[in-house]
Amino acid sequence: MKNKILIILIIFFFIFCFIVLFKGLNNSNIYIPKLKSEKLLINFKSKELFSEIEISSDKLFIDSDFYILNIWSSWCLPCRDEHKFLMQLNKNSSLMIVGLNYKDKSINAKKFLNELGNPYSTILLDTDGTISIELGAYGVPETFLINDEKKIIKKIIGPINEQLINEINLMIK
Amino acid sequence: MKIFKFFIIIILIFNFSNLNSQETDIELSTKISKNIRCLVCQGQSIYDSNSDFANSMKMVIDKKLKEGSTENEIYQYLKNQYGQWITYDPEFNKKTYILWILPLLIFLTGGLIILRKIIVIK
Repeated sequence: MKNKILIILIIFFFIFCFIVLFKGLNNSNIYIPKLKSEKLLINFKSKELFSEIEISSDKLFIDSDFYILNIWSSWCLPCRDEHKFLMQLNKNSSLMIVGLNYKDKSINAKKFLNELGNPYSTILLDTDGTISIELGAYGVPETFLINDEKKIIKKIIGPINEQLINEINLMIK
Repeated sequence: MKIFKFFIIIILIFNFSNLNSQETDIELSTKISKNIRCLVCQGQSIYDSNSDFANSMKMVIDKKLKEGSTENEIYQYLKNQYGQWITYDPEFNKKTYILWILPLLIFLTGGLIILRKIIVIK
């Protein structure tokens, strides 16, 4: 009798383990810490994609109510997906979209924009990725929503989707 | 003879501290990158990883060292940018106090149990 209970318990234990591990298979194992404080955007200097003139960011982020800083690259597939949403956001007059081209070749970047349209008012180059690190970014694509006091009020890691567009629209109203 | 030994000890001590003080920028940057977690490829340090994120991070660390930042300043800077999770060394705060205090508590209770047994035997 005791043996039977033991065997049943062991079987249940293995089934339990199996279910827990099986469910865990689909979970994302990337942990992103939440940062509460709204941080000021740092100043950075970089070359512009088309004119190749060096521009400082403090001359860029003036005279608009809200800004979007979008880190993108032509080799990044999710960037392709989110591009149509950026084009949508571009119709908003109180929003200025600045692009940061991450570790990309300028020829490929220009091709990408020719194909899909250009929602950016200015595109700065980040050829070695150091500007992104100094901004506190993880990689491409990544989007910062910045207000007129140059504070980062929202940080989106990964591509923008329909739901996030609605959130942004609510925030900038 | 005693004085001779004393001098040898003194010389040895100064040699060791000399070794430590000559930590170059490259060694320091390696040391720092081993203590920084790669946030994109989790489970690896920046030093181990070859992802875009890690490579850029190494460049930023080198740049900061060239500008004259100390090791602690760089950790502080990165914590400020990416949160506490980026270093492998958790701070003592509201969320982590159990982590820090629990081993001490276990050690103390273990010690108490041993002490009681000793007293009983005596």
